[in-house]
Amino acid sequence: MAVKTYYTREHEWVRMEDGVAVCGITDYAQTQLGDVVYVELPEVGAEIARDGEAAVVESTKAASDVYAPLTGTIVAVNDRLEESPDLVNESAEDQGWFFRMEIGDEGELDELMDEEAYQAFVEELD
Amino acid sequence: MRYLPITGADRSDMLRAIGAPSVEALFSDVPEDALLAEPVDLPRHASEFEVERRLSRLAGRNRAAGAGPFFCGAGSYRHHIPASVDYLIQRGEFLTSYTPYQPEIAQGTLQYLFEFQTQVCLLTGMEVANASMYDGATAAAEAVTMANRVTRRSKAVVSGNLHPHYRDTAATLARFQGFQLEAAPPMPAGGEDLASRIDGETSCVVVQYPDLFGNVRDLSELAEAAHAKGALLVVVVTEVVALGALRPPGEMGADIVAAEGQSIGNAMSFGGPHLGLFAARTRHMRQMPGRLCGETVDAEGRRGYVLTLATREQHIRRERATSNICTNSGLCSLAFTIHLTLLGETGLRRLAALNHAGAVALADRLGERVVTPHFFNEFTVRLDGGAAEAVERLAGEGILAGVPVSRLHPGAGLDDLLLVAVTETADTDDLDALAEALS
Amino acid sequence: MTGNSHDTVSGDLGLSIEEPLIFEQDSPGALGVDWPEADAGPDRLGGLARSGPIGLPSLAEPTVVRHYTRLSQKNYGIDTGLFPLGSCTMKHNPRLNERMARLPGFADIHPLQPESTVQGALALCREVQRWLSVLTGMPGVALTPGAGAHGELCGMMAIRAALDAGGAANADRRRVLVPDSAHGTNPATAAALGFEVVSIPEDERGRVDPGRFEALAGEGGVAAVMLTNPNTCGVFENDIRRIADAVHAAGGYFYCDGANFNAIVGRVRPGDLGVDAMHINLHKTFSTPHGGGGPGSGPVVFSEALVPYAPVPRIVEEDGVLHLEEANGRAFGRMKAFHGQMGMFVRALAYMMSHGADGLRQVSGDAVLNANYLLRRLEDVYSAPFAHSGPAMHEALFDDRALRDTGVSTLDIAKAMIDEGLHPMTVYFPLVVHGAMLVEPTETETRASLDRFIAIMRGLAERAHNGAPLTEAPFHAPRRRLDETQAARKPVLRWRPAGE
Repeated sequence: MAVKTYYTREHEWVRMEDGVAVCGITDYAQTQLGDVVYVELPEVGAEIARDGEAAVVESTKAASDVYAPLTGTIVAVNDRLEESPDLVNESAEDQGWFFRMEIGDEGELDELMDEEAYQAFVEELD
Repeated sequence: MRYLPITGADRSDMLRAIGAPSVEALFSDVPEDALLAEPVDLPRHASEFEVERRLSRLAGRNRAAGAGPFFCGAGSYRHHIPASVDYLIQRGEFLTSYTPYQPEIAQGTLQYLFEFQTQVCLLTGMEVANASMYDGATAAAEAVTMANRVTRRSKAVVSGNLHPHYRDTAATLARFQGFQLEAAPPMPAGGEDLASRIDGETSCVVVQYPDLFGNVRDLSELAEAAHAKGALLVVVVTEVVALGALRPPGEMGADIVAAEGQSIGNAMSFGGPHLGLFAARTRHMRQMPGRLCGETVDAEGRRGYVLTLATREQHIRRERATSNICTNSGLCSLAFTIHLTLLGETGLRRLAALNHAGAVALADRLGERVVTPHFFNEFTVRLDGGAAEAVERLAGEGILAGVPVSRLHPGAGLDDLLLVAVTETADTDDLDALAEALS
Repeated sequence: MTGNSHDTVSGDLGLSIEEPLIFEQDSPGALGVDWPEADAGPDRLGGLARSGPIGLPSLAEPTVVRHYTRLSQKNYGIDTGLFPLGSCTMKHNPRLNERMARLPGFADIHPLQPESTVQGALALCREVQRWLSVLTGMPGVALTPGAGAHGELCGMMAIRAALDAGGAANADRRRVLVPDSAHGTNPATAAALGFEVVSIPEDERGRVDPGRFEALAGEGGVAAVMLTNPNTCGVFENDIRRIADAVHAAGGYFYCDGANFNAIVGRVRPGDLGVDAMHINLHKTFSTPHGGGGPGSGPVVFSEALVPYAPVPRIVEEDGVLHLEEANGRAFGRMKAFHGQMGMFVRALAYMMSHGADGLRQVSGDAVLNANYLLRRLEDVYSAPFAHSGPAMHEALFDDRALRDTGVSTLDIAKAMIDEGLHPMTVYFPLVVHGAMLVEPTETETRASLDRFIAIMRGLAERAHNGAPLTEAPFHAPRRRLDETQAARKPVLRWRPAGE
C-alpha cells in the first residue's frame, strides 16, 4: 500500500521511507512556479530546524524558498535535479524529490496536513 | 520648447477628454502648499546655440589631454578611440534603447552583450563574465561580497598595492555590511607577502595586476596559498590593455577578476562613466552580481539571446538578491566590444606592445629613478623634492606628467613618488619632453 | 501563421538580415586598426608575457561597421517610436547633449590631473549641484553614485552613518519600511546594508495607508522608510507629510526613491515634503540616454541633517578656486573610483539649461497630462485598478482583469504590441497588481503618437475578445518568442569554438 504523504502550508510534501523523511515541493507548487530551471539543494550533513530554509527552487521569473517540513539532518539530496530540474515539473511528488532527512521526532508529522486536508487548502487558494 | 511637442490646442483637447479644468488640477493629490505656483529660481529655457556656447566656455577652462604631453594613469587611461566606435554607439537604436527585457526587439543589444561577455572571458582567461558593472572599483567591491557568499566567510585580505580608491570603495561596503577588510601597507617596489596573511577565516585575497605602482608579478603561488586555506583569489585590473601583453589572471588561478574596462573604447571623461568588467568561474556563476546574457532559441528554432539567470537579481529576488545593481554600463560595454572587435587578436597585441615599448623607452630615459622593476605601461618614479610639486610645475609648462602618489596615499610618506603612464598616444617627442623636464 | 524568413534564397528578408557572431566572421590576417609593430627590444614584463593566443577574431573595419549596423537594426529605441515603459522614463534624448559631452574639455580630461587644469569641469559639477538643489529644495547634493540603485546605497549609507553617530541609542534601529509596490532595488539596497526589510502593503487606492504606517512606525526600531513618490502604481502618495512626520517621530529618516521625479520636477520640491534623502536618475528625469542598460547616474540630494555624512569626494571652494575634498571625518566613505559620471552630468546640464525652470515645469505637466489622457481613453477596455482614486501622475496603470475570459494575458498583449511597431509597456510590475501593465508615455510624444497608441491598444483588446491568436505574437519581429527556460536550464553565456 502507498505510504502516507504529509503536506505543509508552504507547499512542501514529506513521506517516511525506510525511517528517513523524503521531502519535495507539491505538484500544485510546481504548476504555480512554471518551468523549474534550477534547484539549490542543502548540503548533506546540514542540520535544519522545522520551517528553516532548506532549498531554493527557481523558475525563470521567480525564486522560492523551500522550508524543512520537519527538524532533522540532511542525509541525501537529489543530484539528478542538477542536470534535470524539469523533473520537478514532471514528477514533483516522486522523481523530483529534493532531499532526505533523518528526523528525531516523528510526532512532528502529526502537525502537518494529510492529502485530503491539503487538497482542501489548495482549493481555497484558487 | 523644442523638445516638447504638445501644443496649446492639444492640451485643451486632452484636458477636455480627461475631464480636468487644467493641468494643475491633475496635481490635486499634492499637498496644496507644496505645489509651486511659479517656476523655481533658475534660468529660463535656452536655445541650442546658447547652451552650446555656455558649455563650450566651461569646457574651455579645462586642459584636455590632447593639448600636450600626457602621462596620467592610476585607473583611467588615455587611448586612441577609432572614429567608427563613437559613430556606431551613437546609432539611435543602441543609444536610445532600454535594458533588453523584450528580447524579440533587442537582439542587437543582446548579441553584442553575448560577444562582449565572450571577449571579457578571453581577455581575463576566465569562464564566465557578466554584462558589466559601474566601474572597476565597484566591481572589485562586489567581488569581495561575492567571495563572502561563496565561502560563507567574512574577512577579506587586501593588497597594499591595490588602488586606494578601490580599497576604500570596498571598505565602505565592509563598514555597512559588517565584514572585515584587512588592508596591507603599500609597497611601491613590490615584493609584498600576502600569503602569510591568509587564514581559515579569509574569504578572499584581493590583489591588483599590474598593481597601483605598476608592478607585475606571477600570482600563481598566491592563488595556491589562498585555495589551500579555502579562500578565493580576486584579481583587480585597472588597465585592461595590459591583458593584451600579460598572462591572464585566469591562467594564474584567479577565481574572480574585477577590472576597469575604460581603456578600451571609452574616453577618460573626468573619471566617469567607466566600465566595470566582472568575470568568474562557472561553478560560482549563480553567486555573480549583475546581468547575464545567454544563448537560446526562438519559437521557430532560430538562435537568439536573452537575459538569463535573473533570479539572482533585485527585480526578482528583492532583499535576497546577490547585489542591488540594476542599470549597468551598457553603452560603455558596447564601445568596449566594438573597439576590441576592431583591434582583434593582432591589433590588441600590437597596441599592448606599443604601450609597453613606450613605457620601457621612458623608463630607460629616467634610469635609476624608476622604482618599479617589472611593469606594463605604468611605473613609479622617485622625485626628490616632491611629486605633487613637480606635477604642478610641469602643468605650468604644458606637460601633464602623471599622478603623484600623495594624491592617492596622502600622509603615507610617499610624497616623492610619481605614477607615470605611457600609452600609444605619447610619441617620442612627448617622452623626451617629460624626461627633460624631470631631469 | 509563421514568420516568413525562409521565403528567400538567403533566408534574409529585405532589411531584416541575419548576422553571425564576430567569432564566426574571423578572417585571420584582417585588421580593423592599423598599429605599427613595436620595436622588439627587451621587455620588462618580468617573464609574464602572454604565451598563447587570446582567441579574439580578426575583422577589417568595413566588416565591423556593417556588423554593428546590422545589430542595431534589430533593436527598438526611442528614436524608433513610442516606448511606454512605466517607471523607466523613455523620453527623447537630445543629440546636443551628446555633442556637449564629447567636447575634448569634458571627455578628454583625467580624473586625477591637477585641479588647476580642470576648474571648468569642477564648475560644471557645481552647476549640476545647484540645479538639483534648487529643483528639489534640498541643501546637499552627492554626485558620485553611478546609477539609481547606487544612489539608493548612498542615501541609505548616509542614514546609517547618521544613526550610528547618534550612538548606542540607535544600535537597534534596523527596520526599514518598504511598500510592496517598491522597485526591487529598494529592499535589495536595505538588505545589502544589513537592515531588516519590513514590507508595507498598499491599500485599495494604490497608496500607503497612513494609519497603518503610523502603527508600523510606532513599533520601534525604525531606521527609515523608503518610499517612491509618485509611486509605482502611478499615483501620488497624498499622505506623504503624515508618513514623513511618523517616521521622524519614530526617530527614523525618510528616503525617497526619486525614480519618478520627472512627474513633479519644477512643480514640487521633495524638500518641502519632509524628505531626508533622494536619488535622482539622471537617465530618467534629465534624459541622459539609457544606452541599452546604462551608464546611468544617480546623484543624491540630502536634507540638512544628512549633509555631513555625504560621501567623498566632495567639491569645495576656497578663495574662488574649486577643490576635490577626498577625506572628511564625518563622510560615510567612498563609493566609486572617481568623482561621478561626468559624461552624464554634462548631458543632464545641457538638458536642464535647454528646458530652463519654465520648460521643466512643462515637462512634468505634459508627462502627467499625457498619462491621464491614455488612462481615460483606455480604462473602459483595460481595467485600471486605481483610476477611481483620482488623477494619475506620469504613468497609467492597467491590469489584465478585463481580459480574464479571453485567454490572452498581459504578456500576450505586450508581444502583440511588438508586431504593431510599439515597444511594450512595463509588464508584471508593480508586483502588487496582478498582470500589471504600467504605461508611461512621457512628455516628448505628440498627440498623434498618443492617439495611434490608443487606437492600437483598443484594437488589440478587441482582437483578444474575438479570439485572435495573440498568444503566439510577435510574428514580425527579428525573433519570435525566445525560450527563456532553455536559457536558464542550460546556461550558454559565451561563444566557444566548435569542439571546445
